[in-house]
Amino acid sequence: MNPLGSLGAKPWLQPAQDVPAWGRLPFAPAQVGLAIFMAVVTALFGLLAAAYLMRMTLGDWRPLPEPPILWLNTLALALGSAALQRSSTLLRRGDPARASTAFVAGGGCAGAFLAGQIAAWAQLDALGYFVATNPANTFFYLLTALHGLHLLGGLAAWARTAWHLRSAPGARATRLGVGLCAAYWHFLLVVWLALLALLMADDAGWMPAMHHGAGTG
Amino acid sequence: MAQTAFVDEGLDHEHGHEPQGFIAKYIWSQDHKVIAIQYTLTAIAVGLLALVMSWLMRMQIGFPGSLEMVDQERYYQFVTMHGMIMVIYLLTALFLGGFGNYLIPLMIGARDMVFPYVNMLSYWTYLLSVLVLVASFFVPGGPTGAGWTLYPPQAILPGTPGRDWGIILMLVSLVIFVAAFTMGGLNYITTVLQARTRGMTMMRLPLTVWGIFVATVLGLLAFPALFVSGVMMLLDRLLGTSFFMPAVLSQGEMLEYSGGSPLLFQHLFWFFGHPEVYIVALPGFGIVSDLISTHARKNIFGYRMMVWAILAIGGLSFVVWAHHMYVSGMNPYFGFFFAFTTLIIAIPTAIKVYNWVLTLWRGDIHLTVPMLFSLAFILTFVAGGMSGLFLGNVVVDVPLSDTYFVVAHFHMVMGVAPILVIFGGLYHWYPKVTGRMLNDTLGKIHFWITFLGTYAIFFPMHYLGFVGIPRRYFEFEGIAFIPDSAHLLNEWITIAALVVGAAQFLFLFNLAWSAVRGRPSGANPWRSTTLEWQTPETPPGHGNWGARLPIVYRWAYDFSVPGAAEDYIPQNRPPERDAPGLHGSLRAEGAAP
Repeated sequence: MNPLGSLGAKPWLQPAQDVPAWGRLPFAPAQVGLAIFMAVVTALFGLLAAAYLMRMTLGDWRPLPEPPILWLNTLALALGSAALQRSSTLLRRGDPARASTAFVAGGGCAGAFLAGQIAAWAQLDALGYFVATNPANTFFYLLTALHGLHLLGGLAAWARTAWHLRSAPGARATRLGVGLCAAYWHFLLVVWLALLALLMADDAGWMPAMHHGAGTG
Repeated sequence: MAQTAFVDEGLDHEHGHEPQGFIAKYIWSQDHKVIAIQYTLTAIAVGLLALVMSWLMRMQIGFPGSLEMVDQERYYQFVTMHGMIMVIYLLTALFLGGFGNYLIPLMIGARDMVFPYVNMLSYWTYLLSVLVLVASFFVPGGPTGAGWTLYPPQAILPGTPGRDWGIILMLVSLVIFVAAFTMGGLNYITTVLQARTRGMTMMRLPLTVWGIFVATVLGLLAFPALFVSGVMMLLDRLLGTSFFMPAVLSQGEMLEYSGGSPLLFQHLFWFFGHPEVYIVALPGFGIVSDLISTHARKNIFGYRMMVWAILAIGGLSFVVWAHHMYVSGMNPYFGFFFAFTTLIIAIPTAIKVYNWVLTLWRGDIHLTVPMLFSLAFILTFVAGGMSGLFLGNVVVDVPLSDTYFVVAHFHMVMGVAPILVIFGGLYHWYPKVTGRMLNDTLGKIHFWITFLGTYAIFFPMHYLGFVGIPRRYFEFEGIAFIPDSAHLLNEWITIAALVVGAAQFLFLFNLAWSAVRGRPSGANPWRSTTLEWQTPETPPGHGNWGARLPIVYRWAYDFSVPGAAEDYIPQNRPPERDAPGLHGSLRAEGAAP
């Protein structure tokens, strides 16, 4: 019985002779913990997106052009996500050597993504889109920085798991760790795609109703 | 007592070895019980700081100019730090980090939290946030005096106390606190979901665990709003960005800001701020339910309804935030929506109050100190909640919003009421934590002074509010419409505040004295049913349960069961198969149409 499904129970009537099922979720604690953490991060970026949509209506908003390198970065992040998924599958099939290669590739792609994001910052900075010149710029830097920090935290977990993969490739905890890294990478990819969609839609003027002051300011 | 144990499914290396040495055991400890005590003591210590600041503020209001050190700047700094410390660093930390950490694993029959290392990090991160906050007293310009809501633009404008460093440290401290809370919160939720012992279904959880569980969910979803607004304001302050800052002419000078929205900050802040009320209220609701049931020797009335009410309040608390913003200049139509949701939240809350009263009805009420505090909580929460019905209505709120009526309301409902539960909980569980009882006489003196004293402080403030005395003012001299009687009342309030504050030191003395000299309590002094009282050792040892985890056979409220030998049946007591009448008859009774 799952926790939600048990809410109709009348515990004062349950016969004491029976020991009912726990009602635990069929996942490892670390999986549940990561799922909850991803919910928290979703709330964080959701609130930032809400703030973005509110702030952009205030007249002084100038959408900034997305540097093309973002597409390359997106590709790197997607490849990293796929590599970690592949690593998780290979490990389950009992091929730790190839799983390790794929796992390292996944981390490397994430590193490339972060380097690419910094390059995008440098390009924008060179073009004069400074952090404080327009709120659209500030949001871009803030969103990418926070997303990058979450990926950096993921890389710390990745490094720990990579060590486990080397020292105990057959362990259950290692398989679990690789799976969790893959899940987190997928999650950050989805968050990034959502952020990118928000930035692109704004830049392309697909949210004209929101720009009620854009023509005058 | 007959106890059937169950072979532990997970007595692994993590819990198998008890840490040795003082530092491993008590400082860098991963044991949830030690972490709970660390959280509690830190929260109480920083709370004392906030208490002293409230004394200093009251001296200025009651006897203006009597303390030279309290000038205008310091007054606003005290207001700000008192509010922020009490709400975040005391109440939130104590309910979740303190009670949550201690009680969750013990009440659900687990050996520890599921991520003990992260749990330890959570405490040290919390301590760091406290140190950063306290450090702001020692930087040039002192702590921020922006008011606990930190509203921009004034929070970061020149002229506001602590504008140079204080506000930065405050925001950094809050961001760190959110990180600490997230680490703790992940633990509490995952532990409740995945580490319950055999037989402990969600609907057999004591209401204390339910309250803490749902409050943690609220915290995890609401604190990101504080995090986001904190980071954004830091950028406004440090890099000159304009998230919240409009174009401002300050002291004859045009500042570099333009176009930002102070209202955006208020939305973000209250999206956190209102759930925060329930983050400290829901654990209180849960604890009070268990205290009342135990000390009235009666099963909780309407357990299932109580759980649903906690869930409903938790859900609704996310759609009422803008009732804090009726006078902010937001779209007035929003006000109607938020007034509606605000009044709806009174329904599940009232269900809880009725159920507490019905639990007491025809109970075998023992006026122990925890019970006294619980009863006082119900009264105070009702009194504070009632004035919330006034303020929840736009037309009533507008004239009252900037008066002492609001100060009275929120202190009753989320200051005094939760603190009363905290005291009740501390008196109740202290014997489990230390193995000794708190001194009863001192406890009763502490209770009566605190209970009557807080009413002496906050009840008159409602009248001050109706007269129109504005809140946040440093002094009221020379304001024509304020009658002399208001000054007299302010003197009275100040004296009451000094007495109530002093009584808390009596409590601290009791805490320290009883830890050494208190009467030994035995394992289960309140003859309680829940698992934490059934541990093989008191205080519980490393891993809580010895070699075998308990099995749960019944819900948490089998008090005064007809036909039972004692007036309580612990959750882990197996059914007596040779006495089938016991539960059989109860079931038949309950199941009959």
